[in-house]
Amino acid sequence: MTTANKTTLSHLDWLEAEAIHILREVAGQCSNPVLLFSGGKDSLCILRLAEKAFRPGRFPFPLMHIDTGHNYKEVIDFRDQRAAELGERLIVRSVEDSMKRGTVVLKSEDESRNKHQSVTLLEAIEEFGFDCCIGGARRDEEKARAKERIMSFRDEFGQWDPKNQRPELWNLYNARSHKGENIRAFPISNWTEMDVWQYIERENLGLPSIYFAHQRDVVMRAGSIVPVNVPLASGEVINQPKAGEEIINMEVRFRTVGDITCTAPVISDADTISKIVLETATTTITERGATRLDDQTSDASMEQRKKEGYF
Amino acid sequence: MTTQHNDSLLRFMTCGSVDDGKSTLIGRLLFDTKSILADTLTQMDRTSKKRGLEVVDLSLLTDGLQAEREQGITIDVAYRYFSTGTRKYIIADAPGHEQYTRNMVTAASTANLAIILIDARKGVLTQTRRHSFLAHLVGIPHIVVAINKMDLVDFDQVTFEKIKADYLSFAEQIGLQRAGRDIQVVPLSALTGDMLVDRGDAMDWYQGPTMLELLESAPAAHSEQNEPFRFPVQFVCRPHASDDKDLHDFRGFMGRVESGEIAVGDAVTVLPNGYTSKVKAIQLGDEQLQSAITEQSVTLLLEDEIDTSRGDMIVKSDQAPEPVKQISGMVCWLSETPLSTARTYIIRHTTRESKAKVGAIEYKVDVNTLEQLEAQGLAMNDIAKINFKLAQPLMVDSYSKNRATGAFIVIDESTNNTVGAGMII
Repeated sequence: MTTANKTTLSHLDWLEAEAIHILREVAGQCSNPVLLFSGGKDSLCILRLAEKAFRPGRFPFPLMHIDTGHNYKEVIDFRDQRAAELGERLIVRSVEDSMKRGTVVLKSEDESRNKHQSVTLLEAIEEFGFDCCIGGARRDEEKARAKERIMSFRDEFGQWDPKNQRPELWNLYNARSHKGENIRAFPISNWTEMDVWQYIERENLGLPSIYFAHQRDVVMRAGSIVPVNVPLASGEVINQPKAGEEIINMEVRFRTVGDITCTAPVISDADTISKIVLETATTTITERGATRLDDQTSDASMEQRKKEGYF
Repeated sequence: MTTQHNDSLLRFMTCGSVDDGKSTLIGRLLFDTKSILADTLTQMDRTSKKRGLEVVDLSLLTDGLQAEREQGITIDVAYRYFSTGTRKYIIADAPGHEQYTRNMVTAASTANLAIILIDARKGVLTQTRRHSFLAHLVGIPHIVVAINKMDLVDFDQVTFEKIKADYLSFAEQIGLQRAGRDIQVVPLSALTGDMLVDRGDAMDWYQGPTMLELLESAPAAHSEQNEPFRFPVQFVCRPHASDDKDLHDFRGFMGRVESGEIAVGDAVTVLPNGYTSKVKAIQLGDEQLQSAITEQSVTLLLEDEIDTSRGDMIVKSDQAPEPVKQISGMVCWLSETPLSTARTYIIRHTTRESKAKVGAIEYKVDVNTLEQLEAQGLAMNDIAKINFKLAQPLMVDSYSKNRATGAFIVIDESTNNTVGAGMII
């Protein structure tokens, strides 16, 4: 395919070029990076960007997923399928293994495992000696993220210190670290939810089916739509309705996917990417506001989790 | 209905303190372009009521981290996003007090336009001079001076004209008004919204563009487009172990066009070694391009097998810079640990690194008076003209011509921290 000459870059071309540059800086500066890949839409964009950055070569990093064990089967299947199509190595480390080791202790059996991913991630970083983790976080997602660097330094405990970040100027990224420390690199920092959907549309990227409108059993709990009786890949069924809750079968889709216990869907009949783009353009609710049960606990909950090593 | 993909992107920064109404200005821009979603607005409304306010305080939108809310200050540069349907914007919001120079230089480094806020009641202040000097130093091509709080001076034209004249004469004095840079002055009230997104009806005497019109019409293209071609190599792709036999001799030089443009067939030189060849192909993923322009990330294939690695620079043969082992530049010191003239630092320039030692500190600039002072060392937020001696040659251009190849950072090897930001003279 040959493309006509350009004179200026459109905003998507610019964002793409910036992200490719960041990925190549990671490859050039870090000796043992890893790309965190969940099967979600943001990390699927990063996989496409990595193809554009490194093909016809192989990716200069493996893919890794920190699995809480409470992920939608559709997403896990898609994750495995995509990694296989790309022919790249996928490492999976699970929160359940950390629980078995005793490094993750849940307060109660039904406590969300989401925030405990940090522990498993740090364990995996140590196990493989990774000096950089590439992630799909975006600055528009949440206000603690608005101040995060593109190359964000973490100390030996994986901690982010918002008051003491490395200055980041021009596109001269500093991804240097000493042994034990590491860098979190965010190639799509400057993308918004809309940019992600427009890029998925333009690049014709495949997505797990739960991003599209589908019928699902849910209950209304504290103002959120909570999916119930969700089957896991293991055959186990989680999120049982509580006594007195009425199960409603509703047409919904997910705007973000993550741990089942903290990700809520939105009511939607958008069953194609172009319909989702339109819906994103007209929505009145922020991405996390509607869908992330873990950010609603306090004004500073993301900031708190990040200081503890969360992505 | 199809969605619009071909809109351009503009990165701008805001300079001013909370007292100038900077947070309100950003909040108002986002609010009036309908970029604030209902749940965020509800939360802001709740907080405003809790603080005893009758209307929603738009400045709450830029309220950042827990630590900042506790202390009522802003600590760091925050990035915010909005879109008008024709253009996407990235705002770098730099705080206005302590560590100001450091944060402002950081925010300015990626901005193509700066909004400098002036309180209409106070006129041109020391901080206005500082902001303007820094915008000039970091080479921001477009300046918009926003004379804010016009509602507090009864939207008075005479007040506006006086401040405008004051500012422009000062701008001329520091050389801000130079070829290729435009300075616009707009009266507005971020609180009431007049002349921000909507014209309002309080300032009919002003016939110029609103703030948003200025943002919408500012050229998004970087001036580096007209500069010589510079392509620092980030990564070399050699998939020789691949199963695909066709790839055994593949040697792709991956990087971003930092300035100028390149086309298939162009004669190139690889620096610092000086090997010459021709561009055989330009690739972006599986697309074959005939040419590539500034800021595009591509892979270049050359006609000849040349030993090239990260840190080398591909340039057009008739536009090659001379590699240098000594540089002179304006340096903003970013670290709490002062500069030591006895130590060896690392300088990162494009994708290349070199050990460096300070040759001499020529002078330090007082950012408030713009006086040149004698200096023995540098503390955080100081700006000085420094000469460095380099262990490795660098391929540099003057920063005023080329922000990408004129910029460098100074790294402290013991902590790996970025401790200085430099602009080559």
